[in-house]
Amino acid sequence: MPSSGTRVYLEQASKRLQSLLSKFHAAAKSLRARVTGCGKLRASIRRIVRCVFVYLLRLILKNSLRHKLRTILTVVGIVVAITAFGLLRTIVDAWYAGANASSSARLVTRNSISLVFSLPLNYAQRIRQVDGVSGVSWANWFGGVYITERNFFPQFAIDAPTYLDAYPEFVLSPEEKKAFLVDRQGCIVGRKLADKYGWKVGDQIPLRGTIFSGTWTFNLRGIYDGADKGTDQSTMFFHWALLNETIKKRFPRRGDQTGVFIVQLKDPGQAAPVSAAIDAVFKNSLAETLTETEKAFQLGFVAMTEAILLAIQAVSFVVIVIIMAVMANTMAMTARERGSEYATMKALGFGGGYVALLILGESLAIALTGGVIGVLLTFPMAHAFADAIGSLLPTFFISDETLAMQLGAALMVGLVAAALPAWRAANIRIVDGLRAVG
Amino acid sequence: MRVPVLYIVRNLAARRLTTILTAGGMALVVYVFATVLMLAAGLEATLVATGQNDNVIVIRRGAQTEVQSGVDRRQAAIVESLPEVAIGQNGMPLVSKEPVVLINLPKRETAKPSNVVIRGVTPTGLVLRPQVHMIEGRMFRGGSSEIVAGRSIAGGFQGAGLGETLRFAQRDWLVVGVFDADRTGFDSEIWGDAEQMLQAFRRTGFSAVIFKLVDSDRFDDVKSSIESDPRLTLEAKRETRFYADQSEALSKFISYLGTTISVIFSIGAIIGAMITMYASVASRTSEIGTLRALGFSRGAILVAFLGESLLLGLIGGVIGVVCASFMQAISISTMNFQTFAELAFRFVLTPGIVLAALMFALGMGFVGGFLPAAHAARLKIVDALRAA
Repeated sequence: MPSSGTRVYLEQASKRLQSLLSKFHAAAKSLRARVTGCGKLRASIRRIVRCVFVYLLRLILKNSLRHKLRTILTVVGIVVAITAFGLLRTIVDAWYAGANASSSARLVTRNSISLVFSLPLNYAQRIRQVDGVSGVSWANWFGGVYITERNFFPQFAIDAPTYLDAYPEFVLSPEEKKAFLVDRQGCIVGRKLADKYGWKVGDQIPLRGTIFSGTWTFNLRGIYDGADKGTDQSTMFFHWALLNETIKKRFPRRGDQTGVFIVQLKDPGQAAPVSAAIDAVFKNSLAETLTETEKAFQLGFVAMTEAILLAIQAVSFVVIVIIMAVMANTMAMTARERGSEYATMKALGFGGGYVALLILGESLAIALTGGVIGVLLTFPMAHAFADAIGSLLPTFFISDETLAMQLGAALMVGLVAAALPAWRAANIRIVDGLRAVG
Repeated sequence: MRVPVLYIVRNLAARRLTTILTAGGMALVVYVFATVLMLAAGLEATLVATGQNDNVIVIRRGAQTEVQSGVDRRQAAIVESLPEVAIGQNGMPLVSKEPVVLINLPKRETAKPSNVVIRGVTPTGLVLRPQVHMIEGRMFRGGSSEIVAGRSIAGGFQGAGLGETLRFAQRDWLVVGVFDADRTGFDSEIWGDAEQMLQAFRRTGFSAVIFKLVDSDRFDDVKSSIESDPRLTLEAKRETRFYADQSEALSKFISYLGTTISVIFSIGAIIGAMITMYASVASRTSEIGTLRALGFSRGAILVAFLGESLLLGLIGGVIGVVCASFMQAISISTMNFQTFAELAFRFVLTPGIVLAALMFALGMGFVGGFLPAAHAARLKIVDALRAA
């Protein structure tokens, strides 16, 4: 039962339609009467066109509700496809999140052979002397396992004071920051990671080292938030000094080494010359370096898994093609069943274009309804998905671009599905159409 | 009394466009489903075939990959002297002590860098991997800066082809040969002389020790003697097991993601089938009435329409599987999350996948066709005959 508000609205709408109808008659009359008045003629034509469109819209609406079950099924199909499309694109976006969140004012220096090789710590001093460098920090991949291999999250041993300076996007309260800096065994984790494992400040977190063997226990001293929603909140940081001390005790030769240096630039515009200058310093040394912007560094990781990424992207378009086939089928069936109606309309004097517009409109109405519901559903779905996968992907949010592409895809499905039936209906000979049985 | 199969088939043929569109949608879903399973199967096949069942790999305890591991010379010598190690024809134990590192190389096509495994091997190492043979050039000479590249690497990375040079670790390395490892993980590696690699990378220890067992059944003995020896901080795994473990994360990721996607996509295709079948029932209401009046039971009508829908699914399934089978010609190369290194593998179509894909297609046809078929079967004869 429609509520009273809806009823009032419907009554108003029908009144307005009736008045429009009478205006249409009046317009037609005045058109006949004043063929000479050019300006008025244009206004009348505009009014007629408006009326014709109102008729068209009503007809489209009625037509699309004739086979309720079929329309509902088609809309559901489109909703599923558009939601799936949006989710897949969001997954791909999440892959690039690290690169998008990177700052242009930071460079990353690593061993030119590959990341597996480390760099001596004394390089920090020499990098700091390069013109255009405002600060240097360093970090080392730890690769620990929390309880089982399944619980993957990245851990870095960092030179905490300089690192937190270089990464202002990791927001930590002053008390927690202080607590972390003074505790040699302390660590900080991102909000998402803490939520996933239910960690609270003060907890002890044991990790089993894969690169640096043994069990390592850290005291959780702070939980950081991201400055914006693109910031990675599922990483753990602890003191590089602790790692270094332990290594020096166990394997003296492997001490005083680090994985990467993070170089802060005075002027982001100088990234290329400063990178070249840093690499030139260590040319022909035992550990040659490769310096690139943080974005290029992150994109390097993305590129390595590019094949999978391309597959997901391809698959996201396949779902649109699938739904296009379903929608085209619906429209083809609809048009076939109404072949004789269209012929009747044409016999009454409606043009082929009008009939085609009728089919196109119906197709678009169904596709866009599905599209809009699909877009709206993407939000809760993405949320549920992000909860389910936890910290596997560091960030997960739907970009405006994805939303636009979803609606664009729905529009395209509507257009393509209507193309053939509309063309057929527009060009069918009236006799054939009248003869055809649905 | 059953409705003739020909009636079912001809119904599908009567509405060609609708049949093509509906079956096409299903074919696409089946295609995605099959290719994803093929990818996961290909990855597993590649890595499982990499290992030999009677080879044992020894790495540092806790390390998951050879690259993470470290075995110093003293520990390697202890492993070498174990009684379970097989002796080769020349009277020396069949042990290969290998340094394994990753280097960053740009790809040929995109110039984007990726990590490639470099393995230092010894002549014994070659004996332990009978699947490796040279297809171009020759094997590297011991004690020189010569390397040989696996087939996928030689074709896929800049400077890794025959006669080209690679520069890393302050040396220029000449690629003197390309080897084929029978579509195993070694196809994605570069091999050079073990001692030369150690010097160049300034390492004192190896990454892994690989040896052949005297008797394949004695693995448990050697495992317990290595892992209980207080001088060794190592663990031993069968080579087959070791490589199979490395495929786990990526193949699970691919098959989970792929199955989820296929199931979501199948909703669209099922709806397509449902729409088609409802329309098919609606346009033949009087025909159904006639059939019923002729004495066909409700069950027969149900079976006839369900059969039509299943046939639709089968057509889609067969088209999808046939298209997917062409993917076998393609091989893809991507980074394995677990080893952090490039790995090339192919799509592999197994009978199990064909069966699964066809069952999936029939399942879609069944789910999509059941309600319309039930609707057709429930029609009353009089009403059905009256509807024209």
